[in-house]
Amino acid sequence: MSDLKTVVLNDVHQQLGAKMVPFAGYNMPVRYSSDLDEHHTVRRAVGIFDVSHMGEFRVRGPHALDLIQRVTSNDASKLADGKAQYSCLPNNEGGIVDDLLVYKLADEDYMLVVNASNIDKDWNWISQHNTQGADLQNVSDEMSLFAVQGPKAADALQGLTAADLKSIPYYSFVQGEFAGVPDVIISATGYTGAGGFELYVPNQSARQVWDKIMEAGQPYGLKPIGLGARDTLRLEMGYCLYGNDIDDTTSPLEGGLGWITKFTKEFTNSAALKQQKEQGVTRKLVGFVMDAAGIPRSHYPLVTEAGEVIGEVTSGTQSPSLGKGVGLGYVKTEYSQPGTPIFVQVRGKNLPATVSKLPLVKGTEE
Amino acid sequence: MNLPSELKYTKEHEWVRVEGDVAYVGITDFAQKELGDIVYVDIDSADKDVAKDEVFGTVEAVKTVSDLFSPLSGTVLEVNSKLGDSPELVNSDPYGDGWMIKMSVGNAAEVDALLSAEAYGELVGA
Repeated sequence: MSDLKTVVLNDVHQQLGAKMVPFAGYNMPVRYSSDLDEHHTVRRAVGIFDVSHMGEFRVRGPHALDLIQRVTSNDASKLADGKAQYSCLPNNEGGIVDDLLVYKLADEDYMLVVNASNIDKDWNWISQHNTQGADLQNVSDEMSLFAVQGPKAADALQGLTAADLKSIPYYSFVQGEFAGVPDVIISATGYTGAGGFELYVPNQSARQVWDKIMEAGQPYGLKPIGLGARDTLRLEMGYCLYGNDIDDTTSPLEGGLGWITKFTKEFTNSAALKQQKEQGVTRKLVGFVMDAAGIPRSHYPLVTEAGEVIGEVTSGTQSPSLGKGVGLGYVKTEYSQPGTPIFVQVRGKNLPATVSKLPLVKGTEE
Repeated sequence: MNLPSELKYTKEHEWVRVEGDVAYVGITDFAQKELGDIVYVDIDSADKDVAKDEVFGTVEAVKTVSDLFSPLSGTVLEVNSKLGDSPELVNSDPYGDGWMIKMSVGNAAEVDALLSAEAYGELVGA
């Protein structure tokens, strides 16, 4: 425990009554009040998450794009300035090193945002591929990241910046003054499906930005939200969590990430992945909804009515929005069509569920 | 932390209220806070004999699932039917309407061996 890292606002979260847990090597707030209440706050109004554990790398110079194109699966040459892209780092064995966001700040100037649990692994992986000498910098310990998510996010934040928040398209960003702090990256991205922004802030200004958001959000019902609700929110949308739904052994094509695997360029393991795409995968990551009381959890077997094992749950929870158990899991491809009845083995009982289209719910509620 | 002194406790975070030769069992205020929102209580041991420390059911929170261990040996006489529709009672009233099972007390010596409120409080740092 002694080597657990803390975010800049660790004390603030404790003062707010958060239950703190170790997550990805950081002491992080899992909930402030109630998972369900925090979940509904984001779907219906607006909440703020401190996700400063996430890692940020800057990639600059004439070889920046070449390096990003080599290590990521999506086509970063399509990015215009001020655009972000979801992508992944394939490994050489058919799996995934990590999933990430690629931001194009300007020509020859990019930012990669990676999972906290993988910062060292990704850094080593990307550095190893940096044969042409792109300027690579790990700024993870200098930046804080707040996600302000929910249908009222733009209204709650608009008073803090001159940037016209509602005009920032999804997966786009602007850099500007925010809450009195210059050069904040205001990104219309998130991990909840509820809309809103992610704000990249230098550590020394983190407290100021957090306090101003808490104050400005008050009339809109803004509350701090923990990792518990972050997980239920992303799971309802079918967003992958690295380490659960995708990992070193799952292919991007199996994991439903074919849409960010672009064979318009060469990248790590692209030839093998292209072949896999042509031949078809034998298992696929699907979302499903329980048809009986019971909650799927990671590693529970997925079976047929006859009890034949067809896969495994990778993430599961009780969906606060649906009031039913929901999950993600890998199944043999022939069971992956939406509408297919499957069964989840919960403590020895085979409970019925249905493979469902993602997202499982609408991202916002009235 | 709410730890009624008339109750007995286990290190598995259950409480026991003995009334004559029957006992009511639930989970402690500390346990419900640790688990977070309870969304499902799965107990299928009604009318069954359970041994001390045997699993009599599971409680599902949004984030986690946790086994429920019988604090005593005896027969499960009743499962709190209110928890079917309102599992959140475990959060809002853990020592009252959030009780989980009513069981017979098979061995009175086991009751004496349970933790006092004070001893349990020390265990959880209250």
